[in-house]
Amino acid sequence: MNAPEYFELFGLEPKLCLDVRDLEQRFYALSRKLHPDRFLRATPAEREQSNQASALLNDAYRTLRNPVTRAEYVLKRSGLEAAESKQAPPELLERVFELNELLEEVASGGEEARPRLDAAWRRLRDLLGEADVALESLSARYDARDGAAAGEIRALLIRRRYITNLLAQADRVLVS
Amino acid sequence: MSEFLDIDFGGSNAAPVVGIDLGTTNSLVAFMDLTGPKVIPGADGERLVPSVVYRSPSSEIMVGSAARRMLIDDPSRTVYSAKRLMGRGVADVADELKLFPYRIAPHSESVIQLELGERTFTPPEISAFILTQLKENAEAFLGRPVRQAVITVPAYFNDAQRQATKDAGRIAGLEVLRLVNEPTAAALAYGLDKRKDGIVAVYDLGGGTFDISILKLHEGIFEVLATNGDTHLGGDDIDNLLLRIAIEDVGSEWGIDASHDGSLVQTLRRAVIDAKERLSFAPRTTIELQYRERAYRREITREQFESLIRDIVDRTLQPCRNCLKDAAVTPEQIDEVVMVGGSTRIPLVRQSVETLFRARPHTELNPDEVVALGAAVQAGILTGAVEDKLLLDVTPLSLGIETMGGVVSTLIPRNSTIPASAGEVFTTAVDGQRNVLIHVLQGERELAKDCRSLARFDLKDIEPLPAGAARIEVRFLIDANGILSVTARDVRTGKEHSIEVKPSYGLTDEQVEAMIEESYERAEEDVRERMVREALVEADAILAAVEKSRQSEAYGQMTPAEQTAIDQAVNELLMAYHSGNHELIRAHIEKLNQATLRLAELMMDSALGTLKGTRI
Repeated sequence: MNAPEYFELFGLEPKLCLDVRDLEQRFYALSRKLHPDRFLRATPAEREQSNQASALLNDAYRTLRNPVTRAEYVLKRSGLEAAESKQAPPELLERVFELNELLEEVASGGEEARPRLDAAWRRLRDLLGEADVALESLSARYDARDGAAAGEIRALLIRRRYITNLLAQADRVLVS
Repeated sequence: MSEFLDIDFGGSNAAPVVGIDLGTTNSLVAFMDLTGPKVIPGADGERLVPSVVYRSPSSEIMVGSAARRMLIDDPSRTVYSAKRLMGRGVADVADELKLFPYRIAPHSESVIQLELGERTFTPPEISAFILTQLKENAEAFLGRPVRQAVITVPAYFNDAQRQATKDAGRIAGLEVLRLVNEPTAAALAYGLDKRKDGIVAVYDLGGGTFDISILKLHEGIFEVLATNGDTHLGGDDIDNLLLRIAIEDVGSEWGIDASHDGSLVQTLRRAVIDAKERLSFAPRTTIELQYRERAYRREITREQFESLIRDIVDRTLQPCRNCLKDAAVTPEQIDEVVMVGGSTRIPLVRQSVETLFRARPHTELNPDEVVALGAAVQAGILTGAVEDKLLLDVTPLSLGIETMGGVVSTLIPRNSTIPASAGEVFTTAVDGQRNVLIHVLQGERELAKDCRSLARFDLKDIEPLPAGAARIEVRFLIDANGILSVTARDVRTGKEHSIEVKPSYGLTDEQVEAMIEESYERAEEDVRERMVREALVEADAILAAVEKSRQSEAYGQMTPAEQTAIDQAVNELLMAYHSGNHELIRAHIEKLNQATLRLAELMMDSALGTLKGTRI
């Protein structure tokens, strides 16, 4: 089974840079047509069809409105899945060690390490921000058919995923 | 049921679809008329039906205010706040069960069984009694049968709690066209003819549950951006807190253990609730209790009250912050805050919300009614009566499956717009493996044991193949009600694969069917009983008339054969009198009628004769 292409669903070119407001307008217009609310008095088969079509539309919108999931989707379609890696990207290793140490310290009651943990957390947030900026320019290069962009985006996404996992880990300690 | 009545002929002949707010404390039914949504009052004129059900020793069911009065007189047969038990197991609610006056039957792990006299009832059955009452109120008011409804649920209800609500509707003989989240329904009621665009937060603190939803409004589209909450946090918790303190206080003052006297506990509960409600308007009040010639009085100031409940109110704030984060909006971006639920009348709640969102909350609509009104609007959307509005709601909890080591792999993240779907291909781990068990969970934690188990799906009869060769694609679909369905397909053959569902909580389809059956029987019984009662009233009337006629002149004019025939017909009717069979009673009434036909004529004539004689 070949799933219908998400961009096609919205009548859009498969591009990484897209106007999110325009996407939203298209999503609303399609929702008005496809939503199960509109098919309540239809046949069971039509209702089921509306359910499926509406779910697909929602899944597509959720994927495309966010630049990261959008890029992941496009790469996956071209066979370049950005699989999750347990291996820390080498340039992040030092920060990973530092963060893990601080997390352990705070988790075992070392409250004086908390300010340093906060600082490490902020640096990670900054890295995430930088990754998002980098994704923007890489996306533009990809849309301009720069052959090297896809590979670079894939590496960036793996790195980004690693950072968000670290942040989530830190969040759990910081909240408690 | 007749399909015929469900057909939409358009215009006002269409079968009405009502909107129902099935609340923890009170329930309401509303409908859409030409001018907008309206709450339907009961026969007593009341718009709120207390969500209380009483079962008398003679198995009679009472719902609403009448049942609420029985909480004091016969607490062990009276159920309130059943909504807090919907879709839950005994372990989930162990704490508060101690305060409930009714008993829980053993074997209540996956569905709680409440003991009311010699029978047990599940929470969906209790809710069905309330729904039936609302249905009857609507039918009496509209003068037409009501078979379809939109029912609201807390946004943070999980799959099992939603399913339980739908089951309750089915047992009550209602087709549940849609489950709508309460805060979203409130937004619909508020959004009507109001703001066209903007971001709205709905803070809904009811009797038993708390929800926060953030919506984006755009030209009639109500898009929920995120929702959060706690399905076990509400006014009940405030009541229980005050009640615990009061029980101890009364106990020490009177030198008794008050907690063992169910009737005293319920009288006290009523007194603390009344005091709580007064404190929303007065700076101080007195908790007053009269019980079996003893009296208890305790003054309480709003300040004291607020310091007692601050923890409970604060528990609503973290879900609000999480919701803002998930919706990716700051408090400054929120254009309006809408307050829903009776507990939002508490000044401390309003202050806390105002501080968090930095905006004065809306309280124009009655917080008890706004959800039911919204449900009626959604009913209007479904029937086509409301054309320009569309609700795009979300699933409150992430859906995932258990993988190696008890870790959850998320398939549909929380706050995904529904309907939402996800697919996953499963395979076998060993050669010749015939089935694969899929454990589906809801929740935000990483480990399966910390999430809510929804069901186990068994992919059976897999063709025996080498490990990893079988490929079965499983599709998970969360529909617009927030309820999950699962289908499976063999990737190699393309054929639909059978799947057996074992829900972790809640009723099986067979159990629901049996309850529907029983409710029909009960309804038929009710009808039969009424027909018998009506037949007996007629029998009484004719028997009395015959006895009276025996003194008349006309009776003396009857032949002995005619008199015997009358005596025989009277005897037969008396024998049928206690048969409980209205047809039999009516047949003998008719027979007696026939036997007394000439007698009646004669009496009529003599009456006319008397009239003639008097010459008026």
